[in-house]
Amino acid sequence: MNILNNNRRLFCFGAMALLLLAVGFFQSWNLMFQILNLCLISAVMSLGVNIQWGYVGLFNVGVMGFAALGGLSAVLISTKPVQEAWQAGGANILISLLIILIGAGLISLARHKLSRKAAHYCTFLLVVLIYFAARYFYISGTKAVEAVDPALTGFLGGLGLPIIFSWLVGGIVAGCAAWFIGRITLGLRSDYLAIATLGISEILILVIKNEDWLARGVKNVIGLSRPVAYERDLQASEWFVNLADTLGTDLVSLSSLWVKISYTLLFLGCLALLLVLAELALKSPWGRMMRAIRDNETAAHAMGKDIVARKLQVFVLGSMVVGIGGAMLTTLDGQFTPTSYQPLRFTFLIWVMVIVGGSGNNWGAILGGFLIWFVWIEAEPVGLWLMEFITSGMDEQSPLKQHLVRNAAYMRLLTMGLILLVVLKYFPKGLIPEGTR
Amino acid sequence: MLDLVNALTLLANFVLIPGITYGSQLGLGALGVTIVYGILRFSNFAHGDTMAFGTMVTILLTLWIQSLGITFYPLPTALLMVPFGVVITTILVLGIDKAVYAHFRQVNAPPVMFVIASVGVMFVLQGLIRLIIGPDDQSFADGARFILRAREFKEYFGLSEGLSIKVTQLMSLVVTFLLVISLFWFLHRTRTGKSLRAYSDNRDLAQLSGINPDRVVLYTWILATALATIAGVLYGLDKSFKPSVYFQLLLPIFAAAIVGGLGNPLGAFVGGFVVAFSEITITYAYKRFFAYLLPEELEPTTLLQLLGTEYKFAVSFLILVIVLLIRPSGIFAGKSA
Repeated sequence: MNILNNNRRLFCFGAMALLLLAVGFFQSWNLMFQILNLCLISAVMSLGVNIQWGYVGLFNVGVMGFAALGGLSAVLISTKPVQEAWQAGGANILISLLIILIGAGLISLARHKLSRKAAHYCTFLLVVLIYFAARYFYISGTKAVEAVDPALTGFLGGLGLPIIFSWLVGGIVAGCAAWFIGRITLGLRSDYLAIATLGISEILILVIKNEDWLARGVKNVIGLSRPVAYERDLQASEWFVNLADTLGTDLVSLSSLWVKISYTLLFLGCLALLLVLAELALKSPWGRMMRAIRDNETAAHAMGKDIVARKLQVFVLGSMVVGIGGAMLTTLDGQFTPTSYQPLRFTFLIWVMVIVGGSGNNWGAILGGFLIWFVWIEAEPVGLWLMEFITSGMDEQSPLKQHLVRNAAYMRLLTMGLILLVVLKYFPKGLIPEGTR
Repeated sequence: MLDLVNALTLLANFVLIPGITYGSQLGLGALGVTIVYGILRFSNFAHGDTMAFGTMVTILLTLWIQSLGITFYPLPTALLMVPFGVVITTILVLGIDKAVYAHFRQVNAPPVMFVIASVGVMFVLQGLIRLIIGPDDQSFADGARFILRAREFKEYFGLSEGLSIKVTQLMSLVVTFLLVISLFWFLHRTRTGKSLRAYSDNRDLAQLSGINPDRVVLYTWILATALATIAGVLYGLDKSFKPSVYFQLLLPIFAAAIVGGLGNPLGAFVGGFVVAFSEITITYAYKRFFAYLLPEELEPTTLLQLLGTEYKFAVSFLILVIVLLIRPSGIFAGKSA
């Protein structure tokens, strides 16, 4: 079984490599590395979802929110602090955050110390107090910050650290959000986790879009610093010009290829590290316990396992990995655009990756990440072509044809939904099944 | 005294009437979710897009008969076409059940598989809707616009604040009221309705008593789809039809169903009003309300808004969190255990 599985894995990844090489040879190597980089990021995210779904069977419909938190961390870590904004309203915003933190501490203290009924009243009173106190400082602070040169900054800026740190921080921030959601819903029915994650992801995006002082909202943050060299610097350095001469290639395309390859190496390193950790965890007694919980919760509970705590642990870990993926994506883009966070692209696509690749198997999730991203990218031209083909018999001016061609982009929604449903029904184990251990 | 009446009129116009309208629309949506949950035992994430699909079909039919010159003055023409929209959408949903959910019922899959499948269905429906009608806003309300105009009300009572009631607002309330009454009559008084409730309470016992599970599933989908389509059309007539908004409605609808206790029809209906009124009272700016009540020197300078309207969906989430923390089974105990 294991040997068969290994061969299958080898075959699938070999085929995937051939597909990418075909892009390199027939389209361009630049395009191939561009696709490969996003494949790697998708693989990180689907690895995170697989940790939640494949290990214990948690259904997270809020992948988008956790990815956005990762992206937000990239902004908050890498951009330079805006001194005037900090002077204008930084103190007030910090005070309001402090009030919320202290208030949250008091609430949790009250809930531990008081009787259930008294705790409810106390919580209510505290929430009202905290709301008005925090709001007082918050409004004046944010107004002042957003007034500072709104065309260019209008936000507090970040810490000015190298962006690569944000990968770690993004993971931690996403993990904290996951802990909050998990604490509330994991003891309850599985549906509640799905609904709550859907809610929190929509709200996180709303907050990021509307709170301009945080990361400029829909005005976007562009020009984030890079962990790799800039094309301009490469083209100016002597050794690189010599390299281009020796290889006999165009300097500009070589420099952009160089940048993409450096990203690829970084992402590959990160993915490999996460994969090794995930595999080690899965093979450890902890991993066996997780699978036991997934396969028979009652039995695992009878064996004395704390199911809710274990689920919470896995939920946080998986969301952390998704957060890391989100930070990596923003690093690659070099900009943070809240409007680009669509549930289809960030939640649903990742789910299709996990299900198609093979839930419960980390290698499967990674293969799914590669394959589905590849299909996603190549599906757009194919979809348009297909629509043109279907409507080719119609009159050029016919409104139906124009309507269909204009809306062809939504074919992706349809096809991805169909792929998911077909795989769920006919190949529930995915491309690389979990296999027996 | 006049100030007080003005203040109350203001509140009635901007909080009470929109709250009742929105509450009845949400209540209908939540009823559909809760019926599917109570009988088929999963949260149907495709419900928002079923609403959107039903509304789309109704809009297309309405456009067609409008082009034939048929209208339903003073009521919106769309109301005539709702039954046809329900039938077409039900056929689609039953087809989806046969192609997707029936398989998972057969292999006795865990509830979470149904939820994932419903997310898949949701995206297929979204794709279909956008392919057919496109992602843009559609306004399809016609007929008379107002029952009571703000200006007439002002002149008649000599107040400085007006009260207006739109036809679509009264219609939402009346239709919801009639539907809920007939739904409860159906569930409690008819043989089929009783079999649905029996199946929801204890599946095995119901089957042993000779209730045909396929029939139960069929009726459940018909009920849920009819409720979804009608809720969708009422919402679309009152505001406007935009596919992405219907997807976002999923959160308040789930919040309403959970507040009332998932699987409990009465709870879902009440939950709709709880969510709607919380959303509106929390995001309403009370500045003018207090300007009437307080002496001039105390007049508020800020909007007195607890939360910006852009965060109205966050309110449903807050309610959800509070209910899950305090009473996870909802106000009326549902089947959440």
